[in-house]
Amino acid sequence: MSSSPQGDKALDGYSKKKYVCKLLFIFLLGHDIDFGHMEAVNLLSSNRYTEKQIGYLFISVLVNSNSELIRLINNAIKNDLASRNPTFMGLALHCIANVGSREMAEAFAGEIPKILVAGDTMDSVKQSAALCLLRLYRTSPDLVPMGDWTSRVVHLLNDQHLGVVTAATSLITTLAQKNPEEFKTSVSLAVSRLSRIVTSASTDLQDYTYYFVPAPWLSVKLLRLLQCYPPPDPAVRGRLTECLETILNKAQEPPKSKKVQHSNAKNAVLFEAISLIIHHDSEPNLLVRACNQLGQFLQHRETNLRYLALESMCTLASSEFSHEAVKTHIETVTNALKTERDVSVRQRAVDLLYAMCDRSNAQQIVAEMLSYLETADYSIREEIVLKVAILAEKYAVDYTWYVDTILNLIRIAGDYVSEEVWYRVIQIVINRDDVQGYAAKTVFEALQAPACHENLVKVGGYILGEFGNLIAGDPRSSPLIQFNLLHSKFHLCSVPTRALLLSTYIKFVNLFPEVKTTIQDVLRSDSQLKNADVELQQRAVEYLRLSTVASTDILATVLEEMPPFPERESSILAKLKKKKGPSTVTDLEEAKRERSADINGGPEPAPASASATSTPSPSADLLGLGAAPPAPVGPPPSSGGLLVDVFSDSPSAVAPLAPGSEDNFARFVCKNNGVLFENQLLQIGLKSEFRQNLGRMFIFYGNKTSTQFLSFTPTLICSDDLRANLSLQTKPVDPTVDGGAQVQQVVNIECVSDFTEAPVLNIQFRYGGTFQNVSVKLPITLNKFFQPTEMASQDFFQRWKQLSKCTDSHCGQARKPSLRDCVNCCQNSFNPQGWSIRLVCLCIFLHLYHLSSLPCCK
Amino acid sequence: MQFMLLFSRQGKLRLQKWYVPLSDKEKKKITRELVQTVLARKPKMCSFLEWRDLKIVYKRYASLYFCCAIEDQDNELITLEIIHRYVELLDKYFGSVCELDIIFNFEKAYFILDEFLLGGEVQETSKKNVLKAIEQADLLQEKTENMYHSRSFIGCKKSILEY
Repeated sequence: MSSSPQGDKALDGYSKKKYVCKLLFIFLLGHDIDFGHMEAVNLLSSNRYTEKQIGYLFISVLVNSNSELIRLINNAIKNDLASRNPTFMGLALHCIANVGSREMAEAFAGEIPKILVAGDTMDSVKQSAALCLLRLYRTSPDLVPMGDWTSRVVHLLNDQHLGVVTAATSLITTLAQKNPEEFKTSVSLAVSRLSRIVTSASTDLQDYTYYFVPAPWLSVKLLRLLQCYPPPDPAVRGRLTECLETILNKAQEPPKSKKVQHSNAKNAVLFEAISLIIHHDSEPNLLVRACNQLGQFLQHRETNLRYLALESMCTLASSEFSHEAVKTHIETVTNALKTERDVSVRQRAVDLLYAMCDRSNAQQIVAEMLSYLETADYSIREEIVLKVAILAEKYAVDYTWYVDTILNLIRIAGDYVSEEVWYRVIQIVINRDDVQGYAAKTVFEALQAPACHENLVKVGGYILGEFGNLIAGDPRSSPLIQFNLLHSKFHLCSVPTRALLLSTYIKFVNLFPEVKTTIQDVLRSDSQLKNADVELQQRAVEYLRLSTVASTDILATVLEEMPPFPERESSILAKLKKKKGPSTVTDLEEAKRERSADINGGPEPAPASASATSTPSPSADLLGLGAAPPAPVGPPPSSGGLLVDVFSDSPSAVAPLAPGSEDNFARFVCKNNGVLFENQLLQIGLKSEFRQNLGRMFIFYGNKTSTQFLSFTPTLICSDDLRANLSLQTKPVDPTVDGGAQVQQVVNIECVSDFTEAPVLNIQFRYGGTFQNVSVKLPITLNKFFQPTEMASQDFFQRWKQLSKCTDSHCGQARKPSLRDCVNCCQNSFNPQGWSIRLVCLCIFLHLYHLSSLPCCK
Repeated sequence: MQFMLLFSRQGKLRLQKWYVPLSDKEKKKITRELVQTVLARKPKMCSFLEWRDLKIVYKRYASLYFCCAIEDQDNELITLEIIHRYVELLDKYFGSVCELDIIFNFEKAYFILDEFLLGGEVQETSKKNVLKAIEQADLLQEKTENMYHSRSFIGCKKSILEY
């Protein structure tokens, strides 16, 4: 066949059409076609309708990116559009709507609105033009500019041809989402149209009545259009409310036909009306009625209706007016969970339980979800686990219940308990003193089961490591028994779990000296010291050494109990959002938060202002400490955390110094390198070196999030006095900092004269949609420019005596000499060229220790 | 609507209409996966399911599955009725439509669909108007013998609406 279209003999239109048709059929069967396009394009220019039709069909289905062909095609379309023949125009418009490519949009986006609103266009062409324009707008919104055709389009809502109204409504709905102002007038028109339809008798609309339901498609579209706007002005609102009530009333009437089409059409309108009621969220009466209607559907014979009712109720549950009404159906929903055969309906039931959960029914709902989890489909288990974890935490009055729930979760669906969940339970146990003993006991008992999930071993290992001492008094859970219990699981676990257990063992050495030798033997065994895995080997070696070398005091300090974790947004929530998609869960969560403001005194996830806009990574660790999970990895966790301090406050929005920067600043007096400041978003590290009166400081700004910082500007602020004495030069930094990246800034420092203040580093940037402003003191202190000098002891003591004389001369009372006094005193010994204080370092440091706070900070 | 697929019980595709731009490879992948998922459903299950981030509405008429993919905010029940209306249109046009009609006159099926839905939205809901447009187009045909019409081909048959 491939040879014949390209053969020498000229094919007549009919044969050409036949061949093109056959090619199309073959293509639709699933084979690839790479010829015949030219022939199809030729058919377009034929005057015979059928040939044109096949040509258009071929092109719509086999889209080609050959620019020559596209030009020809567009040409043919243009001719047809201009032809004034409605059938040809229709064909051309259909083709544009079916293909909708950017080239077509460029060529025709200006033409079509004109056709749409021209007075002499036929109805059928108007319909096609409206939807064609809609398609072009969806693919290339920028090529369809608003113009004065928009008001004429709104007017189409009043057209007497319902087909035109239908098409126009779809167009306006999409356009109004991006340009609500332009199409505001459509609201009142839509309401009046809708009420006319709803109140019409069944013979009025003739062919537009579908199984005794008047114009169902148009009604649904009008209701959708109304959902693009907030509740209208009172005049229009009254009419709308009447309309909605009529729809709700009709649902209660006996059906006019037994056919399922009738009920489907009627209910389609009903569900859309309920959507609108929920969207407006302003008429309590309607909301309650809607809720009751849905409640009836929950027990309907038809599965479809039950499914939709569960789905709609989910959104209803978040509205404050109807939340209580929704809760009354809890029995029905839990029943559905147990008895429904269709897994998608069960899934909706789970979603609804999650949405309607609050303080009063949390325990019941969590219990139901747990029992469902035991038999649930594997594909949905992870989601249910996350939901149970979130609910348990949010509504826990008694944290023992929370611990039980999570342990149950691990027992039932351990494989699907992601890391965020068990990190969270450990966080909470550590933060709450009252539940630590209970947790230790429960975990101990749970571990005694013959087969326990690895996650349970992880949680158990950690908790016993921290709080095993709380139950060590009981002979059934003595230290040795605890150790043996954990060690019995040791060889069954994967490497990360074993690493955690090793850390637990060293903690035991600290807590329970009586098991020290046993543990040391274990650590000393070849399977640990010569373990193939580097991490395990390292831990075994280090811990063994630590246990032998360190005295009890040091050991106790190193292995001190973990301090409480600072409050952060629950990363479980972030993970759930990621799974479900941002829109659904965020709305529910926002609503839940607003509704139940007094949830717990305890770890309440902080309001997620940034999280709704930002893209949290699923493994966003809780502390934000780089990649370190709370389980002790690497250096012992509570060794004072000199270098890496976590500040629990978020940066203040105004210039004041970030709280806590004072302490850090103080630390930097004696050192030149380290982390100056850290919060959830940003880490600032320093590396500096000084020589004589010059210094160079490298400031490293690390973006800890996965989102870019924009307009990132660090500025050094010095008071005028300071500026006279300390000269700072710096180069500007790239204003965009990628997620996870680090940028460096070099500051060149020259000390001209002595100074007491410190410059302030102010960083401003945009993160997500918010504006961030951080200020910290830059630790450039006078002592950095000190240089040691050698002195004979006599000279030294002479000078020292001179200092004490200072006190008398300055003001009659003895007071502690400040650094300034020292400096003034010794000014005469200064070298006029450079600037070096000829004082012994020791003298100055004694001086500094004398004072309660550093002079430079004043 | 994002797309509509018609396929037989054996998974053979009879009609595919895409309302969003996708590459051929993606289309094939989606078709394969979706056909498998829908065919795996049992008869009593509900007509809606969530698949990827779309809602799928499907209904079986005799040996043909009609499957539509709609977006999150679209109304499922009305889509079910869109499917039914389309079947009615086919039925009226072909006179007791069956799967063979759609196989042999696929281009007519596409034309009817185009008159009913355009760009993924319902264009004309009056059955009369849609059929009138198609008839007018048919009248413009010069030659009539190029169409296989199953009425002359196969004896009396049952419409898929009657299943």
